[in-house]
Amino acid sequence: MKARVTVTLKTGVLDPQGKAIEGALKSFGLEGIDSVRQGKVFDIEIATQDRSRAEALLKEACEKLLANTVVENYKVEVIG
Amino acid sequence: MRAAVITFPGTNRDGDIARALRMAGAEVIQSWHAEHDLPAGTDLVVLPGGFAYGDYMRTGAIAARANIMDAVRAHAARGGYVLGVCNGFQIACEAGLLPGVLMRNAGLKFVCRMQHLQVGRVDTAFTRHYTAGQVIKVCVAHGEGNYVCDDETALRLEGENRIAFRYCDAAGDITRENPNGSRHAIAGIYSDNLRVLGMMPHPENLVESLVGGTDGQGLFASLVAAE
Repeated sequence: MKARVTVTLKTGVLDPQGKAIEGALKSFGLEGIDSVRQGKVFDIEIATQDRSRAEALLKEACEKLLANTVVENYKVEVIG
Repeated sequence: MRAAVITFPGTNRDGDIARALRMAGAEVIQSWHAEHDLPAGTDLVVLPGGFAYGDYMRTGAIAARANIMDAVRAHAARGGYVLGVCNGFQIACEAGLLPGVLMRNAGLKFVCRMQHLQVGRVDTAFTRHYTAGQVIKVCVAHGEGNYVCDDETALRLEGENRIAFRYCDAAGDITRENPNGSRHAIAGIYSDNLRVLGMMPHPENLVESLVGGTDGQGLFASLVAAE
């Protein structure tokens, strides 16, 4: 199975990289961009075919390593 | 004082901090991250500076899950001393030895310069050779030193007097010269039992007058004298 884990900064956590990207986009004259927050995407292949086991496994991976829950949120999507 | 200095792949300040400890009179044993046990009789574990695992994903995140870190956590739980400097501070936070996390510098730039610090309490194993409120000059060299924690943790750190060092200017003004945007100008913090210290600045760089000063010596002299 394939899965995607998305890790994003929690609201209120300063994101200077996102700000710099936002500034660069605005400097191109792109209209309508209000703000940018930067995050990470992990594409993961999983041996199991059991969707709920896959979700539990990925949640554990997030809690143990992929996200620092002091400042980050994570989202797990099993793509199938 | 027997100190175990841990080397991770990408650590580069292990030699300097080992030297500073030896100069102060400590017995130093170099340890490798893949080991499962600390050297017998370890009093102090040192997590040195560098770029463990290339800072991949988050600084200190992968190193914090290395084999040796279970032994380091057990050592800390027994009341053993741990010193994390720069990348070592990042590793200590990721390993759960200290609260909070070090984020990208607010100004986005890697900051490498001399830096004044205001010393907090001086009744700990790390700071007895300083005086309270003393301003010392060491250096910083980091891209991710912006200390972030939730409001409750910040209040607890302040309330329990666990802020070990704050960034300041030469006159001791902590509202100036913050190199990275750190909350409350935090440069270093203690664990609740005051036996784990994490700090971004490098005291090990300032132990010889030949290379700019000796204000870092007090930390190592304090540790060597600690029980």
